[in-house]
Amino acid sequence: RSCLKSSPVLHKQNSSPQPPPAKYGGRHTVTLIPGDGIGPELLNHVRELFRFSCVPVDFEVVNVNSSVATEDDIHNAITAIRRNGVALKGNIETNHNMPPSHKSRNNLLRTSLDLFANMMHCQSLPGVQTRHKNIDIIIIRENTEGEYSSLEHESVSGVVESLKIITRYNSLRIADYAFRLAREKGRRRVTAVHKANIMKLADGLFLQCCKEVASGYPDIQFDSMIVDNTTMQLVSKPHQFDVMVMPNLYGNVVSNVCAGLVGGPGLVPGANYGTNYAVFETATRNTGKSIADKNIANPTAMLLASCLMLDHLRLHDYANMIRGAVLTTMNETRLHTADIGGQGTTSEVVQSVMKNIQSGGPLTTEQI
Amino acid sequence: MICLKRSAPSRHLWKEGLISSICTLVSRVVGAMKSQASHPRTFSRGLQTVTLIPGDGIGPEISTAVMKIFEAAKAPIQWEERNVTAIKGPGGKWMIPTEAKDSMDKSKIGLKGPLKTPIAAGHPSMNLLLRKTFDLYANVRPCVSIEGYKTPYTDVDLVTIRENTEGEYSGIEHVIVDGVVQSIKLITEEASQRIAEYAFEYARNNQRASVTAVHKANIMRMSDGLFLRKCREVAENFKDIKFTEMYLDTVCLNMVQDPTQFDVLVMPNLYGDILSDLCAGLIGGLGVTPSGNIGANGVAIFESVHGTAPDIAGKDLANPTALLLSAVMMLRHMGLHGQAKKIETACFDTIRDKKVLTKDLGGNSKCSEFTGEICRRVQDME
Repeated sequence: RSCLKSSPVLHKQNSSPQPPPAKYGGRHTVTLIPGDGIGPELLNHVRELFRFSCVPVDFEVVNVNSSVATEDDIHNAITAIRRNGVALKGNIETNHNMPPSHKSRNNLLRTSLDLFANMMHCQSLPGVQTRHKNIDIIIIRENTEGEYSSLEHESVSGVVESLKIITRYNSLRIADYAFRLAREKGRRRVTAVHKANIMKLADGLFLQCCKEVASGYPDIQFDSMIVDNTTMQLVSKPHQFDVMVMPNLYGNVVSNVCAGLVGGPGLVPGANYGTNYAVFETATRNTGKSIADKNIANPTAMLLASCLMLDHLRLHDYANMIRGAVLTTMNETRLHTADIGGQGTTSEVVQSVMKNIQSGGPLTTEQI
Repeated sequence: MICLKRSAPSRHLWKEGLISSICTLVSRVVGAMKSQASHPRTFSRGLQTVTLIPGDGIGPEISTAVMKIFEAAKAPIQWEERNVTAIKGPGGKWMIPTEAKDSMDKSKIGLKGPLKTPIAAGHPSMNLLLRKTFDLYANVRPCVSIEGYKTPYTDVDLVTIRENTEGEYSGIEHVIVDGVVQSIKLITEEASQRIAEYAFEYARNNQRASVTAVHKANIMRMSDGLFLRKCREVAENFKDIKFTEMYLDTVCLNMVQDPTQFDVLVMPNLYGDILSDLCAGLIGGLGVTPSGNIGANGVAIFESVHGTAPDIAGKDLANPTALLLSAVMMLRHMGLHGQAKKIETACFDTIRDKKVLTKDLGGNSKCSEFTGEICRRVQDME
């Protein structure tokens, strides 16, 4: 692994980092963080499915208790991810009624591992009833700085200042990631979302960095749009968007709007990429406390996230097998959970996926 | 009230005229002082003056359309047209012209068309100047689905109330070192309290059932935490209205799936900007969305939030709906509910009928024809 790390050329060639090499007879080890709410039950289903499909991945489970004030749990998780290089996680709840020194565990994880790019691919599923059809948007969101810098202070009693940091280095990095991904996937247009008419220096810097990077990719069209206009366009004419790149907070808003457009938080997987690590989760990062342990959560997002993880580990055949089975369940069998208007339970959906995998026949040695 | 003794009628008439005008001036001053203290405002019979700022581009034509419709509805409004172009005051500070400011201070109510912000003009945007001059702290945007103007979303009926003075738009930015910029988001107790109180009062006065505070206190612990605390405190005094809190991302997610679950939303500046435009998109865009800005001391300016549309200016193609609905909002604010309902119904009926529609609504009528149709309906209702 050390010789792979020291060669910068290998790093730059793909938009995602080099996966860790398989250990112990071709089996990968992946850190699993169950999180809170619906996280544990969905990740159990993922494990069940992987066992059923004989996927060569072992999970190292690290529990993070969100209610204690100490940060030991999350630091253990971070160490485990550094060790394994890849993680699959549920969302860790942040109780915002606790004092401000209790920081968001999810944010801590992202910044410590420098997972600078959050990638979300929103695609309409033909089997799911939505107001808009055939949406296909990739959203790339800067994941470490911006409004989520967690730098706040109360200068005078009753006056709080929160700092939003934008740096040239991170803006160039995320813009570069966006354009490389667009090129890799054969996308034609990248739109930068900003509010530079008001935040002239901060978002102005972000926009300038995007323009600089765009000049190095003449085959890809680049334009920009102000964030409030973007949300308005998304709900009326979403088909005009292709790839979108933006700072942290706008990314939060736009990714949730897009997830809502394609059918809800239960359908879209998300990936967080850094130079050395990758963490996979649901795109909208919901804890789903109100539906936890009721067997009604939609497992699609988490299952598709695990497929993204398998793709990252270069286990493409397993990824395609599971993804195909999930999409068949959604589009052909149409076994839907309550959030998308059906009556199925989580376990029924997972059973259906397993049945689809089984009927697809075993993977031959040529495929593996 | 001071009464000046009038001289005998056989004396010089100009002296009489002077003294009576002094009488009127004194009574007006005393009246103004009285009305500033009273809240909400009560409007006596007789004409109410409203400062009208036509604006640029299509501004003048849609303002004329609104005036025509109000005349047809016999609304007791007297319009005072004023222009706002930034002028440099003493001390080099940019400000709005004194006639405009005086008119607004007197009438307290304004109706504004779209203003263009020239790039590199050296002065800040006019909207920002107006906001600062009159301390317009609350931006209210009611979003109601328009029957007859079809969008993928039906049955939208919500109101976004956005804090308009601080938050992320404080404009305080610094370059720390080359390549690192910091932008400061300011949240103060006073502003948060003020906007929360306005939101609950609005909900009460307009028979709305719940108020939802939108925030991101899981990430911005102290700033949005303060905003949320203030909202909770104010909610204690309004037990008849249901108070909920929701994360910004959850609101966005649920808004595009099922907007009927929301009623009144109150939030800081940036989230308000994004969400109010999102909601405008749900009902059909800025061309049909009304907006009002409420300030301290009873000042309120209602405006259309679309652009100046220079490409169709002067061609009688503009759609006056946004400005008209803002004017209706203004009537409601002034307590003239009957007139407001009449004009609003006429406008919605015209759109629902689909016979006379401007180009952006899917028809091919002119602005004057559309206006004429609404005037006809209003008169028929008499």
